[in-house]
Order: sequence, then C-alpha cells, then structure tokens
Amino acid sequence: MIPPMDAAEAPVVLAAHGISKSFGANTVLTDMELTVRKGETVCLLGPSGSGKSTFLRCLNWLEEPDAGSVLLKGQRIGVRASGNIVMSDGELAAIRTRIGMVFQHFALWPHLTVLQNVMEAPIHVQRRDKAEVRREAEALLERVGIADKAGQYPARLSGGQKQRVGIARALAMKPDLLLFDEPTSALDPELVGEVLAVMKDLAREGMTMVVVTHEMAFARDVASRVVFLDRGRIVESGSPEEFFTRPKTDRAKQFLLRYSAQ
Amino acid sequence: MNGLAIVWDNRGVLLAGFANTLTLSFVAAVVSLLLGTLLAMALMARAKPVRLVATLYVDAMRCVPFLLLAYLIYYGLPSFGIRMSNWTSGLIALIVYNIAYMAELLRAAWSNLSKESIEAGHAFGFHGLKLVRRIILPPVFFAAVPMIGNQTIQIVKDSAFLTIIAVAELTQAAMAIQTTYFVPFASFVAAIALYWITCMAIETGVAFVGRAARTRQ
Ligand SMILES: Nc1ncnc2c1ncn2[C@@H]1O[C@H](COP(=O)(O)OP(=O)(O)OP(=O)(O)O)[C@@H](O)[C@H]1O
Ligand SMILES: [Mg+2]
Repeated sequence: MIPPMDAAEAPVVLAAHGISKSFGANTVLTDMELTVRKGETVCLLGPSGSGKSTFLRCLNWLEEPDAGSVLLKGQRIGVRASGNIVMSDGELAAIRTRIGMVFQHFALWPHLTVLQNVMEAPIHVQRRDKAEVRREAEALLERVGIADKAGQYPARLSGGQKQRVGIARALAMKPDLLLFDEPTSALDPELVGEVLAVMKDLAREGMTMVVVTHEMAFARDVASRVVFLDRGRIVESGSPEEFFTRPKTDRAKQFLLRYSAQ
Repeated sequence: MNGLAIVWDNRGVLLAGFANTLTLSFVAAVVSLLLGTLLAMALMARAKPVRLVATLYVDAMRCVPFLLLAYLIYYGLPSFGIRMSNWTSGLIALIVYNIAYMAELLRAAWSNLSKESIEAGHAFGFHGLKLVRRIILPPVFFAAVPMIGNQTIQIVKDSAFLTIIAVAELTQAAMAIQTTYFVPFASFVAAIALYWITCMAIETGVAFVGRAARTRQ
C-alpha cells in the first residue's frame, strides 16, 4: 500500500499541543506542537540535547509534560476525558498499548527468547489468543528477516538483529503509531543499513511513524515531513526537499552544514 | 578403638543430624527467598512509608548477631505466650534473619537492571504487579543466582548455631558423639566433611543454573 502523496486529507492519528517540560530549572521543551496523520513518517531532527527524546517520551506519557496535551485518535493521554482527572496506571497502560516504541539501546527483555519478546505483550497485556499471536509473531520475524533466531536469547544477537526484534515486538501490538528514538545510533556502521531498510519498508506500507534520527539520508528519502528542533522549540517543519535544499533558518543551516561536512 | 571407627559406629546419629541440617537449610533458603522477594518489592516500592519500614527491617536484621536472634525467639517469645519447639524456633530464626539478606541482594540486582527494559515494559502496557512479575523479577533472579547461592551456603553455616538452642542438627550430633566417646577430632572432622560436601553441592548447582542465567541477562 503506497500512501497518497498528499496526506493532508488522511485522518489525524496523533496531535500534541503546547507541550512544555522542565527538569528543575532546565527548560527542555517549550510549547511543542505536532500533528501526525495516518501513513505519515515524521522525522524529528535536532542537535544533541535539543529535547528530541524527551518530546518523544512525552507522546506516550513515559515522561509527563508540565503543560500541554497529547491526543491519540482524539483520545487524551494521561488525563481522563471527563474533567481533569489524572489517568490511573491501568488506563495509561491501556492507551500505551496502542503506541509502539523502539528504543535506542533496544531494551529487549533479556530473560525471554526472540519469539517470546515479540509475543509477551500481545499475550499478557492485550490478552490475545496465544496460537494466533504466535503465528503473527513468526510472520513478523520473517518480515524483519530474523526468523532463524526465534529461539535465541537477545544476548546472543548482534545490535542490528536486536533492533529488528525491537521493531517486530512493537509491530506485534498492532499499534496505531510507532515511535523510534534513534533506532540506529547504538549500532556499528555496517549494521545500520539492515535496520533502516526495515523502517523504509514500514513507511512504504503506510505505517504511521515518528522517528528521532541522525540519519539524514533516511530523513531525506523516507520522511513525509521533517521537524527540526533546537533548544526545545520547533524551529522548522516542512517537506524533506524544502528542509534539506532550502532551510529557512540559520540554525537549520548550521545543523545541516555539520552533517554535510562529514 | 580409633576415633573414626567410633564415629562410623555412630553414623546414624551423625546422619540424622545431617538430615536435619539439610531440611532446615533447604526450607529456610526457599522460604526466605520467597518472602525476601516480597520484601525486595517493598524496598523498591513507590510509596515512601513502605520503603522506610522495609529498610528498617533489613537494617535491624543486618545488625543483630544471629545467635542472639535465635536466643530471643527460643527463650524470649515464650514470655509473650508464644511457645515453639527447638526445631521450629530454629527454623523461624533462620528464616526471619535471612529474609533480610535475600531481600537486600535482590534489591541490589534490581537496582542494576537496565532502566530501558523496564521502561519498555511500561511502554508496552505493563504496570503494577504484572510488570514486576513478568518483566522485572525474572532478570533480577537470573542476575542474583550467584548471590543467592552464597546466601544459601551462609544459611547452612548459620544453622550450626542452632546447636545452642538444642536443635538436633549436624553440629549438635557431632557434639553429642564427642561428649559421649571423647573423640573430638574425629567427630568434628566428620561434621566438617559433611558441611563441605553440602557447600560443594550448592556451588555445583549455582554453576549449573548460572550458565543458563548468563544467556538470559
Ligand atoms: N530525566 C531527566 N532529568 C533531568 N534532565 C533531563 C532528563 N532527561 C533529559 N534531561 C535533559 O533534557 C535535555 C534534553 O535531553 P534529550 O535527551 O531530550 O535530548 P535529545 O535531543 O534526545 O539529545 P540526544 O540527541 O543526545 O539524544 C538535556 O539537557 C538533558 O540533560
Ligand atoms: Mg535522545
């Protein structure tokens, strides 16, 4: 399934409004806005420490923002629809199952095999039928090219293999949205390609994704939209062609210069 | 008659004591590990009062000599109307004491666990007891296998103290043979050999489980 070139009509999956966050006196995010439509791949770019990870973690409430709201398909996260009551752990957990997450350092569960990692949450959180989950998990491992490692423990895998398991684990939840936090920056250079290839396929197939990355080529070729942040604020947002060929701000120009110099 | 021959003639007494030592140690290790797990959960709880009470218990046990605790339970509790046999008193002393150590070593392993894989648990919708049971505790146990082994050996050795409240365990049996036949060297060496064998068996078990544990952490 190829997403339409003009995704402006697609329904909104995620809407974040006015997200602000401080750690003590350190203001990390200021009034961040983000709307992600179905089938979009939004790449978050920015220098180290600009708040990309913090913002991503606010989207599924792993980090609670000081102000602002996040809506997943119209449903508030962290706060109950009726009134301003904070969600219980259980309610928060239920809504998080609809948002998949892929971590920089993989964060696989070390005591479970590859296949068990993928099946764990669908069975024990979503309480889906075990046989059905197993079939789907095996198909997912096939899809990310790692079916032969199904019985292995994560400690036995290369970084690239671990991250592909991480992606299969997130997909197994059938999420509305996938979040990636620098999925390739902990990998040896020769292993980056295999993970990006899987992500590229997902984007082509119409998965809705928010990707924090330092892989400029990936952002340029795959993103439907690029959001550039600096010091906790969105500085630029637009199509990758626009951002990479005609950056509007000095900060974006400097940022891009540093990458093209490499 | 030579000392070892006398001990051999009384092997029934020695082996009965040995069986008691094994039973006491095994039950104490299993129960203190189970209850220690609950206490470790309290040590890591979000609610501060819970953490405080749990820490207080662990610190108290770590500062009390085991001998005194055994005395307290056997001689002290009857003044509150709680009367137990030597054997039960000894077992309870071992458990009450070692819960604290098991909890503390599990807490240490828990603190060293990768924050990211716990966070992944949250992100995938685990929370509360299920998060602890399915995502946190298994790798904690795997990481703690060598320490749990050490503590179990400690329990076996602590059980020897129970001779002072007249529990018929291995040290008590060796003492009994010694005082009847005046063969201290032979009877104590025989007891030491049996402790040593137990210790080796535990070490072997730990090495065996440890190999499986290493691939799972
Ligand atoms: N839990 C925390 N407590 C205190 N400060 C934090 C915490 N998490 C992040 N920060 C601070 O927030 C700022 C933004 O961090 P963040 O990790 O979001 O940046 P980033 O854009 O993801 O950087 P990188 O590219 O290096 O991953 C940093 O100054 C960081 O020190
Ligand atoms: Mg980051």
